[in-house]
Amino acid sequence: MAVENPAAPSGDQTRIHNIGYRTYDGPRLGRSYATRSLYSQSLRGAYGLGRSVKSKVLPMLLFVVMCVPAAIMVAVAVATKANDLPVDYTRYAIIMQAVISLYVASQAPQSVSRDLRFKTVPLYFSRPIETADYVRAKYAALATAMFVLTAAPLIVLYVGALLAKLDFADQTKGFGQGLVSVALLSLLFAGIGLVIASITPRRGFGIAAVIAVLTISYGAVSTVQAIADAQGSSGAIPWIGLFSPVTLIDGLQSAFLGASSAFPGAVGPSNGEGVVYVLAVLGLIAASYGLLMRRYKKVGL
Amino acid sequence: MVRVTTVDDVTVIATESLSKRFPRVTALDRLSLDVGAGVTGLVGANGAGKSTMIKILLGLSPASEGRAEVLGLDVATKGAAIRERVGYMPEHDCLPPDVSATEFVVHMARMSGLPPTAARERTADTLRHVGLYEERYRPIGGYSTGMKQRVKLAQALVHDPQLVFLDEPTNGLDPVGRDDMLGLIRRIYTDFGISVLVTSHLLGELERTCDHVVVIDGGKLLRSSSTTDFTQTTTTLAVEVTDTDEHPDGTRAVREVLHARGVEVLDSQSGLPGAGRILLLTAQGEETYDLVRDVVADLGLGLVRMEQRRHHISEVFTNEDEQRKEAVSHGS
Repeated sequence: MAVENPAAPSGDQTRIHNIGYRTYDGPRLGRSYATRSLYSQSLRGAYGLGRSVKSKVLPMLLFVVMCVPAAIMVAVAVATKANDLPVDYTRYAIIMQAVISLYVASQAPQSVSRDLRFKTVPLYFSRPIETADYVRAKYAALATAMFVLTAAPLIVLYVGALLAKLDFADQTKGFGQGLVSVALLSLLFAGIGLVIASITPRRGFGIAAVIAVLTISYGAVSTVQAIADAQGSSGAIPWIGLFSPVTLIDGLQSAFLGASSAFPGAVGPSNGEGVVYVLAVLGLIAASYGLLMRRYKKVGL
Repeated sequence: MVRVTTVDDVTVIATESLSKRFPRVTALDRLSLDVGAGVTGLVGANGAGKSTMIKILLGLSPASEGRAEVLGLDVATKGAAIRERVGYMPEHDCLPPDVSATEFVVHMARMSGLPPTAARERTADTLRHVGLYEERYRPIGGYSTGMKQRVKLAQALVHDPQLVFLDEPTNGLDPVGRDDMLGLIRRIYTDFGISVLVTSHLLGELERTCDHVVVIDGGKLLRSSSTTDFTQTTTTLAVEVTDTDEHPDGTRAVREVLHARGVEVLDSQSGLPGAGRILLLTAQGEETYDLVRDVVADLGLGLVRMEQRRHHISEVFTNEDEQRKEAVSHGS
């Protein structure tokens, strides 16, 4: 097999010649396999798997921080033989929104800014996958990672509730509603995070920008809602809630998923207003996807 | 070792009046090419349209006009199929610093459609072939430029393509690294059986490495021919002889005799050291060598040297360039 090159230079080079080149005749699994590979690599990367120890610290820590309060609540519920969990399934993510924001702010830039910064993107596009495959894989991976982050504590709560022998039908319904809510939240947050992160190749800017957009908007909306509530114009509260991702999810689940709203005065949107919330959430998810596609059309090679 | 499919008469890249126009510039201007198997050099100054050409050939950028085929597949419609069979090494840095070469190349192999096990095996093989050993488990951030270039090359070869596009692979390398890389490029074809399209703005490099050289400038084709055409269409012999008492100027004596025998003797290069003592003549074949030997022997002179002078591609390019400039100045 191996062809000895008589003119081979001395030293290490000679060894290369002795080994001989083997061609590859095995299967080539094409575009959809490559997209799935990118998805799984990005999903693992979102928890630092397959990366350095240092990059595992933050996502793992945030994951633990998300789950510990749920575990404590379960322990309390079991110990006190309470007939309900201290917190609704749908409410949990709203309470923990700061942790979720921090997670998306740290992992969205990790997922896309690195490829831009180190110019790895051209290598992807010189392979069978297309722009849309790349965007879909990255979006799906981050949304899945966020779903894992937000659904894990709900599972802890649900299992705990069943152990505490709380009403099965009631708990299952609440759990289901919670899962739908965090699924929407994951898609929405992942979309917003990726769009912001894909604009800058600098990871630091990406992190700061995502945190700013998520928490400042939430802070501002909550403040304005509180002012509206104090001045007695509670009719404006649901409309103000449309302007931040956290309150969007809150409003949506108050209207349709049986959640109690965290809005001041606990006045969630009515069903009619809720439709606007649903449209806003779906519109934002679609817009994020569209913007990402546009962004990567330009990056190319 | 060379694959059956890569015999010389197979066309690997074919373009037909390929043009690419951007709002402000024309990157490619009615370029028609026919590139066979082997190592092909694409030469041009920066901005000559080399990278645009590669983008079009990968099916990533539509041509404004004309058509192109890679491995018999139309770039306009079969982009994905082409990219599955072709490797690409970009000119710029493209490696994340915080992963090891092995992890990175495995990932890239999977992105080319190789199943997980095959991706790992091929990665180990390919990294060894490009000359990366123990260091392949360390993060790429700590690599030298030469090692990074090898990783970039490995990711282009890992899926065993039929053709690789190498965009300025010797950029930023020191002379030794440059030679290593050129040797590696040569072996990609001779040992691996993979055809190569390599771009460079340095002509001397390609002379040693390529079978075929395409010169483009300002998006236009200046010349496309094999390197043997470039450098060996005419063989020039350089002859130096000693002087004797009988012939105080041996060089002149030989020149006169050769001229009488009908051998074309060129003006010796002036300006070079010892140029006056060297005879340059055009060899018609084997018999010219014999003739020179006999003439020198008959005159009783000593033959100091008789060697082939090869034309360098750079000369050809310079000539073409001058001709073009003349043409332009005539035109204006």
